[in-house]
Amino acid sequence: MTQIISPTPSASSAQFDYPDLSLSIRILHFIQETRALTKRLFIQLIRRPSTLIAGLVQPLMWLVLFGALFQNAPDGFMGTSGQYQKFLGAGVIVFTAFGGALNAGLPVMFDREFGFLNRLLMAPLASRSSIVVASAIFIMSLSLLQTLVIVGTIAILGAGLPNVLGILLIMAIVMVLVLAVTSLSLALAFSLKGHVELIAVILVTNLPLLFASTALAPISFMPTWLQWIALLNPLSYAIEPIRYIYQHPDWNLNAIAIVAPWGSVSLIGCLGLLSAFAAISFYSIQPLLKRSLG
Amino acid sequence: MSIAIDNRHNGIQAEPSNGGVDSTEIAIVIQNLKKRYGTVDAVKNVSLEVRSGEIFGLLGPNGTGKTTTLGCLCTLVQPDEGLLEVYGISVTQNPAAVRQRLGYVAQEVALDKMMTGRELLEMHSDLYHLSKAQQIDRIQSVLTTLDLVEYADRLIGTYSGGLKKRLDLAAGLLHNPQILVLDEPTAGLDIESRQIMWTLIRQLHQSGTTILITSHYLEEIDALADRVAILDRGTVIALGSPQDLKKSIGGDRVTLRVREFTPLSEATEVREHLLKLDVVKSVTLNEFQGNSLNLVVDAQSDVLAQIESKLNSLNLPLFGISRSQPSLEDVYLAVTGKCITEPLN
Ligand SMILES: Nc1ncnc2c1ncn2[C@@H]1O[C@H](COP(=O)(O)OP(=O)(O)OP(=O)(O)O)[C@@H](O)[C@H]1O
Ligand SMILES: [Mg+2]
Repeated sequence: MTQIISPTPSASSAQFDYPDLSLSIRILHFIQETRALTKRLFIQLIRRPSTLIAGLVQPLMWLVLFGALFQNAPDGFMGTSGQYQKFLGAGVIVFTAFGGALNAGLPVMFDREFGFLNRLLMAPLASRSSIVVASAIFIMSLSLLQTLVIVGTIAILGAGLPNVLGILLIMAIVMVLVLAVTSLSLALAFSLKGHVELIAVILVTNLPLLFASTALAPISFMPTWLQWIALLNPLSYAIEPIRYIYQHPDWNLNAIAIVAPWGSVSLIGCLGLLSAFAAISFYSIQPLLKRSLG
Repeated sequence: MSIAIDNRHNGIQAEPSNGGVDSTEIAIVIQNLKKRYGTVDAVKNVSLEVRSGEIFGLLGPNGTGKTTTLGCLCTLVQPDEGLLEVYGISVTQNPAAVRQRLGYVAQEVALDKMMTGRELLEMHSDLYHLSKAQQIDRIQSVLTTLDLVEYADRLIGTYSGGLKKRLDLAAGLLHNPQILVLDEPTAGLDIESRQIMWTLIRQLHQSGTTILITSHYLEEIDALADRVAILDRGTVIALGSPQDLKKSIGGDRVTLRVREFTPLSEATEVREHLLKLDVVKSVTLNEFQGNSLNLVVDAQSDVLAQIESKLNSLNLPLFGISRSQPSLEDVYLAVTGKCITEPLN
């Protein structure tokens, strides 16, 4: 056994290591692999359109059913005149995006369980983060599509249509929230034991976060303890600016969207806080991804 | 018995290899590999070398650490201890370079049933960063070799088990790996699919690919492999060429059935009597085959007659008796004490 030719690892490794390839080639490789992985997710979506259809029908049902539920509520009941949909729309947009992002880890978890992920990990990927990036691109595209459909439906229901800048701001808010939540969900997909555990976490997170936010009722309706929770809930910081845009056609970035005991937050402030949330969750999962993906 | 073979395999390993393989070039080195899962020693201590260009078979009962060993080699499982090298490159220090050289086809197929075969192959060739022109060329080539052309544009979800296994292997071949690691590639396949696999393995062998393969079909490994290692409970208990291993356990084999289903007590009794014969070296009772007796006997011509007259004198019937040179199965039985009951037809 001692006659084995075994060059010292350090001598042999430098010679073949991936970083030997120039940065531009690595970037091209990264794009190639990310595109291939993203394409797979879209192929799945198109061949199994039920997820897509459910993802579009569900928010519409929310809008129509909740709208009908409060149809005869006194005018100004929700702190605003006009239909409840005008109030509810922001909640539906955010809640739909949130739900989609929360589920982002599921396909990855199934890939893990079926050994497909291992197969991906056997490939000499330029960076294994392409697996995560592909999922994020996919979920973000889906959320944007859902958002546009919901915005369109709200307009059809006669509850108003923000101007182009307003729609762009709504999309930006959705993007940032989706990035934050997708990061956390993917982290769970790599750290939890299996899909049963992941689904359990999704279930106990989803509805409580909805009810403990301003999605369904304004903050003034809540008891103080719930107000505190709602004001700590990142979802509120996505819902309130979008709602403001719907309720104030003459909105501007510095308008106050949330009044909390610790101060008032403007539209742009909400976007800033959400971005901070996304940055923190994105960076906090990196060590974990590094551990699971090498 | 296993000690005798252990001594022998050290001798075999030092010998220059046969079959025109350049023994100075070592493709894979595994030294003192250890891997624990909680309280389970999945791999206790595995050391082996695979020479460049050879077909190396990894055998062993279920749960002895074959897949775990391959996982460590293929950078998917972090070993607890041990040295792993692929063409002199450390697997733990430089996994990316190792991945470039390996093709790994896992025991369970890793396919996406919502894609067509071609789409899956396209995805994999992108993950190996092949150019568009290379992709077209390589995909056509692997589809042809595995006889999958007519299925290429069907959804993988509609494939039969054998087709899935073949497609899975096709995906592992896209980048022309120097070393191909196959974990039970023929398990559950019909004759035709299995033959396609064998032909392919032989072709790849001809073109110089190093192949590390596990299988529970010993005749298959006997026919294909240049050398084999037999694992048991996480350790290598025998290593060498099938011929050398068969020679090393010595003697001829006799399989004997007193009745079609012999009662255990009777089989045990016959075993005691047969052991008294000088020509009989050992008798193993095989409960999986109706308590048949597997004998190791001197390569002496009248041994069958001796056994028959012994049974006659005991007033016992003889349902069947056969004599053969030792097979790899006998080696396996001798060293693991277990019998693989998956005959190849
Ligand atoms: N991820 C894991 N977690 C816990 N235990 C594991 C894990 N992987 C393998 N084991 C255990 O390690 C041992 C070796 O498993 P391994 O899959 O390597 O065996 P094998 O030789 O490939 O078996 P088979 O012939 O059935 O494929 C088994 O006892 C198995 O239960
Ligand atoms: Mg196995």
